[in-house]
Amino acid sequence: MSAAPAAPPSASASAAPRPVAVDVPPWWRLYPNRIVTFWLVELRKIRHDRTELYMRAVQPVLWLLIFGETFSRIRAIPTPPGVSYLAYLSPGIMAQSALFIAIFFGIQIIWERDSGILTKLMATPTPRLALISGKAFAAGVRSVSQVVVILALSAVLQVRFDWNPLHLLGAALVVVLGAAFFSCLSMTIAGIVLHRERLMGVGQAITMPLFFASNALYPVAVMPGWLRALSSVNPMSYEVDALRGMLLGTPTALLLDVGVLAAAVVAGVAAAASLLPRLAR
Amino acid sequence: MAAPPADLPGVALPLTVRDLRVCFGSVTAVDGISFAIRRGEVFGLLGANGAGKTTTIRVTTTLIRASSGSVAVFGHDVRADALRVRHLIGYLPQALSADFQLSGYENVWLFARLFDLPRREREARVREVLRAMGLDDVRDRLVSTFSGGMVRRLELAQALVNRPALLVLDEPTIGLDPLARADVWERVRELREQTGMTVLVTTHYMEEADTLCDRVALMHRGRLVAGGTPGELKAALGPEATLDDVFRHHVGKAIEDEDVTGGGRDVRRTRRAAQRLG
Repeated sequence: MSAAPAAPPSASASAAPRPVAVDVPPWWRLYPNRIVTFWLVELRKIRHDRTELYMRAVQPVLWLLIFGETFSRIRAIPTPPGVSYLAYLSPGIMAQSALFIAIFFGIQIIWERDSGILTKLMATPTPRLALISGKAFAAGVRSVSQVVVILALSAVLQVRFDWNPLHLLGAALVVVLGAAFFSCLSMTIAGIVLHRERLMGVGQAITMPLFFASNALYPVAVMPGWLRALSSVNPMSYEVDALRGMLLGTPTALLLDVGVLAAAVVAGVAAAASLLPRLAR
Repeated sequence: MAAPPADLPGVALPLTVRDLRVCFGSVTAVDGISFAIRRGEVFGLLGANGAGKTTTIRVTTTLIRASSGSVAVFGHDVRADALRVRHLIGYLPQALSADFQLSGYENVWLFARLFDLPRREREARVREVLRAMGLDDVRDRLVSTFSGGMVRRLELAQALVNRPALLVLDEPTIGLDPLARADVWERVRELREQTGMTVLVTTHYMEEADTLCDRVALMHRGRLVAGGTPGELKAALGPEATLDDVFRHHVGKAIEDEDVTGGGRDVRRTRRAAQRLG
């Protein structure tokens, strides 16, 4: 093309020009850095606008106060010996309210896409996997607020928890893992449907099934066989099981629970990251 | 990541594009273009909506992949070496991209972290670019309270915080009022004088391209149809010609029936940016 300005340097130039040197940090420094970065940004956003935080506290309070108190009275649901239904329910509601936050986290990524923020983030030296990991753990930070709300409420209602600080920390970590997974699920859906309204619809449609097909409200033992099968592939069940182990001291397969959650997070991050280019287009 | 010294012989050029072709499904957005940018120049990529400018930019910034051909930034292939390329580039996208839920300072701080600036330099560098963009006084205010011109300057600060060797500006002044536009350009010009950084810019404001760009290339329907210094292009048409005339001459009458390569989408994006600027 003769009209092209400044044709590229011809191949006949004496030696290939050398690239300009650039230092890129190794992945084991890059990933933690990005996760901490998005984590800090999320904290800043929460600090600038606490409305969502307060509104989010309403629902778990209703679940515990109304549903929990009522069902405690009916004694319809078998609980482990020495554990009141309210105590049994609290970890379930903890996981549920974190799920509610995380499942709509994809809206943030669609918003960032529509407003051009995502494009610019993707043009920074942040690999897609690191970007999604950062976002997922940011959702985790937001959901920790629910842990605090439910612990506070449980203290007021005199629920008999194991208040060992290490166990509380463990519970917070489990909730972070759960929220990280469900936010990845949300971002994956965002990558498929691409529009806020559709994501809202899908989110609404899957939230309750995820919640009911888990051991959050009732033990697996009382479920019909088909529901039990669903519950056994629902990461939510493993999250609740781990939380009960931490907070109530009930016998649980903690290693299995955390292992399943961690594997779900890895798979979720990979799925969401693979769909990210669709959002960046 | 300081800008490399000017014109070292044997050191790769800021941008080398060879036979670049980008297809979206059956639509060819960029149809085999080649050009190179020299160190320290301001290079303007001009063209109507949907001409392929933004697509070219997005390949350069590693956001989308070329269907064929190659693009290298300072000798690093955009596909094979994306992270290094991103370290070298400062990118101002067409759509507004500052986070309105954060303060001015936090917006730039985020990018300082994402570009791996060492902790001890981070704060000083963030303050430095905010000062250079005249935003030091408002740095702790939420961006949602900023005017359009301030948001654009903040985004420039974000793009500059890593001291990019190649600054990529996609329609930097779109939706801004004339004063804010002049202000953005003034700051880009100052920066370039101070740092000698190379700039790749797209615009449809021909008078801006005329006064700011050392060289320009005119794109139409995914191809380069003309290129050279603004002076050369004008002289080729006649003594009184403006860059607008050049544009009209090469692209002009085709614009009415234009909308082949995603022009509608381009316009939508532009309007959205304008809307957010208020």
